[in-house]
Amino acid sequence: MSTAINNLNNKVVTTESAWVRYLLTGLALLLIAILLIVPLLSVFYEALHQGWGLYKDALIESDALSAIQLTLIVAAISLPLNLVFGVAAAWAIAKFDFKGKSILVTLIDLPFAVSPVVAGLIYVLLFGAHGWWGAWLMDNDIKIIFAVPGIVLATVFVTFPFVARELIPLMEAQGSDEEQAALVLGASGWQTFWHVTLPNIKWGLLYGVILANARAMGEFGAVSVISGHIRGMTNTIPLHVEILYNEYNFVAAFACASILALLALLTLALKSYVEWRTEQQAIEDRKHAIEAV
Amino acid sequence: MLRKLSLALILSGLSAVTFAETTLLNVSYDVMRDFYKDYNPAFAKYYDAKFSDKVTIQQSHGGSSKQARSVIDGLEADVVTMNMSTDIDAIVEKGKQINAGWDKKFPNEAAPFSSLQVLIVRKGNPKGIKDWNDLAKAGVQVVVPNPKTSGNGRYTFLAAWGAALKQNGGNEAKAREFTQAIFANVPVLDAGGRAATTTFMQRQIGDVLVTFENEAEMIAREFGRGNFEVIYPSVSIDADLPVAVVDKVVDKKGSRKVATEYLNYLWSVPGQEIAAQNYLRPRNTAVAAKYAKQFPAIKLFGVADFGGLKAAQKKFFDDGAIYDQIAADIAKKK
Amino acid sequence: MKFKQSSVLPGFNLALGYSLLYLSLIVLLPLTALFAKTMGLDWATFWAIVTEPRVVATYKVTFGASLIAALINLFVGMLIAWVLVRYPFPGKRFIDALVDLPFALPTAVAGIALATLYAPNGLMGEPLDKLGIKVAFTPLGIVLALTFITLPFVVRTVQPVLEDMERELEEAASSLGATRWQIFSKVILPTIFPALLTGFTLAFARAIGEFGSVIFIAGNMPFKSEITPLMIISKLEQYDYMGATAIAVVMLLVSFGLLLLINGLQWWMAKRLGRRK
Repeated sequence: MSTAINNLNNKVVTTESAWVRYLLTGLALLLIAILLIVPLLSVFYEALHQGWGLYKDALIESDALSAIQLTLIVAAISLPLNLVFGVAAAWAIAKFDFKGKSILVTLIDLPFAVSPVVAGLIYVLLFGAHGWWGAWLMDNDIKIIFAVPGIVLATVFVTFPFVARELIPLMEAQGSDEEQAALVLGASGWQTFWHVTLPNIKWGLLYGVILANARAMGEFGAVSVISGHIRGMTNTIPLHVEILYNEYNFVAAFACASILALLALLTLALKSYVEWRTEQQAIEDRKHAIEAV
Repeated sequence: MLRKLSLALILSGLSAVTFAETTLLNVSYDVMRDFYKDYNPAFAKYYDAKFSDKVTIQQSHGGSSKQARSVIDGLEADVVTMNMSTDIDAIVEKGKQINAGWDKKFPNEAAPFSSLQVLIVRKGNPKGIKDWNDLAKAGVQVVVPNPKTSGNGRYTFLAAWGAALKQNGGNEAKAREFTQAIFANVPVLDAGGRAATTTFMQRQIGDVLVTFENEAEMIAREFGRGNFEVIYPSVSIDADLPVAVVDKVVDKKGSRKVATEYLNYLWSVPGQEIAAQNYLRPRNTAVAAKYAKQFPAIKLFGVADFGGLKAAQKKFFDDGAIYDQIAADIAKKK
Repeated sequence: MKFKQSSVLPGFNLALGYSLLYLSLIVLLPLTALFAKTMGLDWATFWAIVTEPRVVATYKVTFGASLIAALINLFVGMLIAWVLVRYPFPGKRFIDALVDLPFALPTAVAGIALATLYAPNGLMGEPLDKLGIKVAFTPLGIVLALTFITLPFVVRTVQPVLEDMERELEEAASSLGATRWQIFSKVILPTIFPALLTGFTLAFARAIGEFGSVIFIAGNMPFKSEITPLMIISKLEQYDYMGATAIAVVMLLVSFGLLLLINGLQWWMAKRLGRRK
């Protein structure tokens, strides 16, 4: 209909004149180039401008390898923990009405707004030698901070809201009609969850996990406060980057940084794919709905 | 399932930390990396030959105070090798992991070598910098790490203050004015010595970098000798670099013997040679004589002139003390 | 009144119980430790610590730079969202994905990359230096780092609202003789305003706590380019746990306040959009 109006009355315009469009597009692309693309490329340039040999050496050096290994372990532990929490929290919040719900949602968001440095500090106050449980931990020879568990805890804290934040609006929008139908048809609670809810939220779940993973592998501030910086043992990749940088080993620092940058690009690619799949699913769902009618 | 798996991973992480063979954790400050890179294999070889025990030495480096803070909070260091005795004193007082009297357990007040503050200028010395006075001149940019967070920065502050005192017959007001003039010329105040060097050499900011003599050698190795000049001022501060065994940790781990051996070996001839090769001034007179060429003799004053480092810390660097007042004055004037 | 409305779905107790337990262990308990630690201070001492001139200067730097960065992103973000939604151009999908780079790229990597680029001898820094503009190691460097870190927020809050906007409104306004600019300011802007405000606040909240990217490029001069998180680290390194904790509490209260504000804004936005539909 709108095209019909357009043909009848040339004055109806819903876009800008061509030169404004080009100007704005050009400006936006320029800003993206300066703010995002140039810094990204500079990481790879700094890493590679003295050749492949140095780049490769920096990455197969044993401290770098153990930093990569530690980063993977930390992400592998913290992500499933937050995934289970995210699903549970979203189930309770999106499918039920209860008092204090909005406070709960705000509290879940809290780690997102807390400075990473504060996140590191709170674990020092709890588990440090002079913290609440420091003496007890020391007596029982349990190491939390300056060891892997502390790094995991700090990472869990900073990635805490990601999965829940993705799932809550998604599950709220989907409502609970399908689950109720499944229950009426005799499915158990777990069956309903595995066969009805999970397929519906799988892309949102993946989306949250991808974002959480990027943050988990790249966290610097919180981890820096509690790592102890023991070479080859408690350095994650971002900390290793800082150490190399402070050793005037710029090529190696940027080589390790480029691993993280590649990871960031991979994250973006996966994210786009998930978004695309979500759109596809929405279109299919609509088709099914129409067919059903 | 996932939680079980993650628990297993945590445990395996823990066991990797706890059940290794004879290991020693040396928590050190950041400029010492290169020294311990040479020293650790030498010590491991010596220790294996003497006690037929293979020891693995782990290193942790960072700003001196930051490292001391980690030890206080429970980083299980067997030995600490710092750049200021106040950092070890802090572990004694706040963390109680080191017993008082640590500085009597080894010779030379537990400092196996020393360094001093030198001036590093651009090639050809375009600003004609010769001594501390030149740093206070208008138009000279001085790169120094932050005295609040870096021992390197504190030594620089004390060196400038002491040099001014010597010139003005002990007049404290003049010394303060002079030190303030130098710090007013600081464009970037990095958190540690290494970051300051990066600022000066890599970013090409500033006309002069004040840092340890041994750090000057590291700069030469990393950035090339032709890119800068080292200027020895007429007088500088004797920076003793102390070491200590962390009593609480070695008693728990049963590593006192190897930790003590590790530090003792610093005073041995091979240990002192490695130090000299890394441009740390050795205590052993024979080694000092052998490497005399690389250590120009200059007039030095010690921290004793300030009543010891503890008194200096209180007078100059505590919150609200002279350094903070100077920083506030500089900010006001700008 | 009942605590929970009745529902046929199972698993409420388990899901909520687990969520609360996990939330308490990971988030609430550690944060309580922070407050408990400051309880050891009397009010006057606490106040003296958090209002010490050097600390106050860090608030000014942190909040000032965060505010400027969020303001820059208000305009940049709106422009990018607008172009992505309204104008076709080649490589759009790629650019759209790239906008999230600051979320995906570790902040320390962003920090060293920006410091290298904008140092006086860097690719961007050198020409700027010739013009007499110093970026790295000045407050401007902090603004730059924060602008980078918070770029996606406004784009990502405004974009969906622009996509959902009904073109009929614009057509109607146009047929009534409104100019394009009038349509923008009277029809489009009011619609996306809550989203803009939410994006702005999110960016601001994130910028205040940022540490990793800023320390590499800030210069860290007292009273000039020291940020509040650095002050916490600096206090810790002087073994001043009380001081560090007191400042952390101030930051935490600000974050929590901003978070409540954001949730309020989102509620307002949902209500407005709901009314429109």
